[in-house]
Amino acid sequence: MNALSLRNLKKTYNNGFDALKGIDLDVEAGDFFALLGPNGAGKSTAIGIISSLVNASSGSVSIFGHDLIREQAKAKSCLGLVPQEVNFNQFDTVKSILLNQAGYYGTPRKLALQRTEHCLKQMDLWDRRDTVSRRLSGGMKRRVMIARALVHAPKLLILDEPTAGVDIEIRRSMWNMMQEVNQQGTTIILTTHYLEEAESLCRNIAIINHGRIIENSDMASLLARLHIEHFVLDLARPIAAAPVIEGCQIELVTDKTLAVAIPKEHGLNKLFSQLTAQNIEVISLKNKTNRLEQLFMDLIDSNPTGAKR
Amino acid sequence: MNYSIAFRTIVTKEIFRFIRIWPQTLLPPAITTALYFLIFGKLIGDRIGTISGASYMDYIVPGIILMSVISHSYANVVSSFYSTKFQRNIEELLVAPIPNWVILSGYVSGGIIRGLLVGVVVALISLLFTDININNIAITLTIAVLTAAVFSLAGFINAILAESFDDISIIPNFVLTPLSYLGGVFYSVDMLPGVWQTISMGNPILYMINAFRYGLIGVTDIDIQLSFIITGGFIVTLTLFSLYLLHKGIGIKN
Repeated sequence: MNALSLRNLKKTYNNGFDALKGIDLDVEAGDFFALLGPNGAGKSTAIGIISSLVNASSGSVSIFGHDLIREQAKAKSCLGLVPQEVNFNQFDTVKSILLNQAGYYGTPRKLALQRTEHCLKQMDLWDRRDTVSRRLSGGMKRRVMIARALVHAPKLLILDEPTAGVDIEIRRSMWNMMQEVNQQGTTIILTTHYLEEAESLCRNIAIINHGRIIENSDMASLLARLHIEHFVLDLARPIAAAPVIEGCQIELVTDKTLAVAIPKEHGLNKLFSQLTAQNIEVISLKNKTNRLEQLFMDLIDSNPTGAKR
Repeated sequence: MNYSIAFRTIVTKEIFRFIRIWPQTLLPPAITTALYFLIFGKLIGDRIGTISGASYMDYIVPGIILMSVISHSYANVVSSFYSTKFQRNIEELLVAPIPNWVILSGYVSGGIIRGLLVGVVVALISLLFTDININNIAITLTIAVLTAAVFSLAGFINAILAESFDDISIIPNFVLTPLSYLGGVFYSVDMLPGVWQTISMGNPILYMINAFRYGLIGVTDIDIQLSFIITGGFIVTLTLFSLYLLHKGIGIKN
């Protein structure tokens, strides 16, 4: 069953800007799905329409088989949203934010209290339940928004750049929390500008550009399309010039650092052998760019107008 | 879907909001109206004599109570709903499966409750200056609730259409306050010259204040039935307009 189905979804704003030019998208139940795209591509508009914050110009949205217009209450009940920006009442306590949210979804008080406790504990916020929300740190505010989105036990959770602006430690702990939520059966749609986040968390991916879906596949197949990988090699001894190896592009960054672009079929073993033959000893290597980031840039660059592929 | 829980959640949230900030919401009307009663009712009123058989103090008490109900029911909804819009936590309501009529009735109920609570506070203050023997409790309560509903709805529409905090102060300052003062709070419409009497008849607050005054002390310049019809008409019109704005997402959705 599809958790989300979009059919020919279009949005033209009052100023005439076509934010969405007819999007078709299916997200399977249980999936951890990445919706990526550059700024202004149409991601936020799409999420706004799915979560009833933006009126679509035409097309349809179905959440777990419920049409968002005809079966609005059922469709909305399945959805939880973590927006990009903090949007809870900054004068409310953490606990009352969740209890109010549960109330909006018709959750009886006793159950709302149980779920509030569960979600706050899950997000490591139980100790902060009576804190007025404006006194929380940025990372805690983001976790409050995730807990709030989970309090009515949605089947589909949309996370719109949930880790933007939080430090790496909090980001990693939020990844663990998201994975845990997904493993418990909640379908997750994630938008993010941290492509390593999408690569490590998501199983399927769609890329949107200029209001159109330009790529929609599973993460493994997409990454398999990457023919050339970029590495940075740290050398044991300084060298004067970049070595020349057929099929590879090698650049001397510093006298002890090389940037290498290597076709997949060439293989790292062969590269190391060729370098050793030239008396160059490699002591460590790292990916120059994230693999998904490389693909993402290739796709966006090759699709400047967002034409369908 | 149990909408009564969502409704109760909105109403409870609204009540907690205005109680939490009681020095801004409940205390000022007590002080302001005490001054009205002291200056207009006691000091000046003693020199004015009676209007329609009632002492001037007794005559102005209903108008001042209802004027407080009007301004506070309006203020509650306009400030609360606009803040909700401004802080973007209106998104919580829009994403949730709450029908528009539940959102509207929740906020309007919050406005009515604050308006009536302030009305009770002002009525208690008035007891320091005069005795009130209620003429008709049913009319008094009904018109108070209906009037609070009218101005809660008006506040809701103002909040939806407002794009800045300036926009939510224009109507109370430049429309509501003048209409309240010219709505016969401090005088009988019969005391006005002919043309001003006719103009005053276009002021809806005049009908509400007179109906409330009739309920409280049995004195009115206006036919009570007409007052109820006009007040009811405003409620229906403003409700339909509010629901239309919510349905279209005007002022709250892209």
